[in-house]
Amino acid sequence: MYNYKTQKYILSKGLDDFFTGIHKANQFVALFFKELFRRPFHMREVIDQCFEVGLKSLPLISLTGFIVGIVFTKQSRPSLEDFGATSWLPSLIGIAIIKALGPLVTALICAGKVGSSIGAELGSMKVTEQIEAMEVSAINPFKFLVVTRVVATTITIPVLALYCSFVALYGSYLNVHAEETSSLISFYQNAFKTINFLDIFTAVVKTIIYGFTIGIVGSYKGFNATQGTRGVGKAANQAVVLAMFLIFIEEVIIVQVSNWFRYF
Amino acid sequence: MKVMEKTKRHTINYNESVISITGLYKSFGDLEVLKGIDFTLFKGENVAVLGKSGTGKSVLIKIMVGLLKPDKGEVIVLGDHVNDLSRKDLDLLRLRIGFSFQNSALYDSMNVYQNLAFPLTMNFKNLSKSEVKVAVEEVLEAVGLLDKIKQMPSELSGGQRKRIGIARTLILKPEIMLYDEPTSGLDPLTSAEIIELINDVQEQYNTSSVIITHDLTCAKNTGNRIAMMLDGQFLRIGKFDEVFDTDDEQVKGFFNYNFIQ
Repeated sequence: MYNYKTQKYILSKGLDDFFTGIHKANQFVALFFKELFRRPFHMREVIDQCFEVGLKSLPLISLTGFIVGIVFTKQSRPSLEDFGATSWLPSLIGIAIIKALGPLVTALICAGKVGSSIGAELGSMKVTEQIEAMEVSAINPFKFLVVTRVVATTITIPVLALYCSFVALYGSYLNVHAEETSSLISFYQNAFKTINFLDIFTAVVKTIIYGFTIGIVGSYKGFNATQGTRGVGKAANQAVVLAMFLIFIEEVIIVQVSNWFRYF
Repeated sequence: MKVMEKTKRHTINYNESVISITGLYKSFGDLEVLKGIDFTLFKGENVAVLGKSGTGKSVLIKIMVGLLKPDKGEVIVLGDHVNDLSRKDLDLLRLRIGFSFQNSALYDSMNVYQNLAFPLTMNFKNLSKSEVKVAVEEVLEAVGLLDKIKQMPSELSGGQRKRIGIARTLILKPEIMLYDEPTSGLDPLTSAEIIELINDVQEQYNTSSVIITHDLTCAKNTGNRIAMMLDGQFLRIGKFDEVFDTDDEQVKGFFNYNFIQ
């Protein structure tokens, strides 16, 4: 029977679970920073993970960045033509790609590809007792599995975002070049004309934050997976959904904060 | 009580306990799993903890190795109070304990060699590659699977995975072995091989072991003593014949069920 008491129970349990979840997540993040500066550092594993995250994401990032560049240019041109401002196209593209699209597209792709992979890998290790096996062999699984992966995503995703922005600009250049003759160098010069240090700095800082978010969310969901294979799927799925949600929230906050600095 | 007992294959020292547990309680939420366990494992002894699924057998050995914290009670392993140890001291203690998991828990992204070398290279950084290779080959030979050194865990049978899982713990030369359901999911012949391996490990590596099982054959053939567990408590502890020489319906029921199986 679904009555008032049942509703109250469900609500209180939901709130309880929500706040317990936040507390557990905070503890997980705090443990990451505590373990980050403790020996051993497992540099070999960090390098392996950078390879996993970076090199294996390159084809997808290249293709997506290239297409974003072309599509954005194609869609912006008619509007600028109406005002006779097509010469502003490279600058517009530069602002849009370097400040927003490059980092965001990279982060969303990596949240899907890398976040789900970390969630599924650690989730599967958790439900098959591989994490406990590490622990009983006197190996700190948090240090070896979580810290290395989060460090790798935090280092690699800014580099991927920078690469994605350049590929997107190249896609955009090809489209501009098809319509009007322009050299690659002058296109890049025009694209960067309106970009200042604060823009680059903000873009780098936000990709570092996105990288950290993707790594920590994937690891948290994987490390806390339960209920066998179903739990592994759930961990991978939640890693993607939560990371994407947090990335959008972070984007809004970072843009707002960078604007305060800009007009300070 | 006898101070020393020489069995067919090894010597048990009843003067020296390696695990000593008193008044152990553990609950998960409202579910009480362990309800006042008292237990001693002597040096060189194998104790088989026998009982139905869900009676808290695995929880007991996870507490012994510090994977779970008890609600109440004292757990002393190799002279250390497990509950009071720092992370570093707990790791040092764990190097002296081997834990064989029910599903072997082999690292599925590593091949057999890497699985065995991993605990060694992570804990003893100064070992050379050749020393690690020798150690890996030695334990693989002890479990009779040297020819599988380059295979992935997914390419091994259930029995082979159990053997590799045991080899992975042996590489650290443990003083205590904890086996969680070593024969579950195996055919009778492979079970017999694993039972033989457990006895060989006790003899060759001079270990004391706790064998968690619901398999009467495994308990009878590996345990110097049997601890019959029911509802989070030890119902009877002693030699196999002593434990089952009773009119207790629950113990007889367990024996008859296994016999029919």
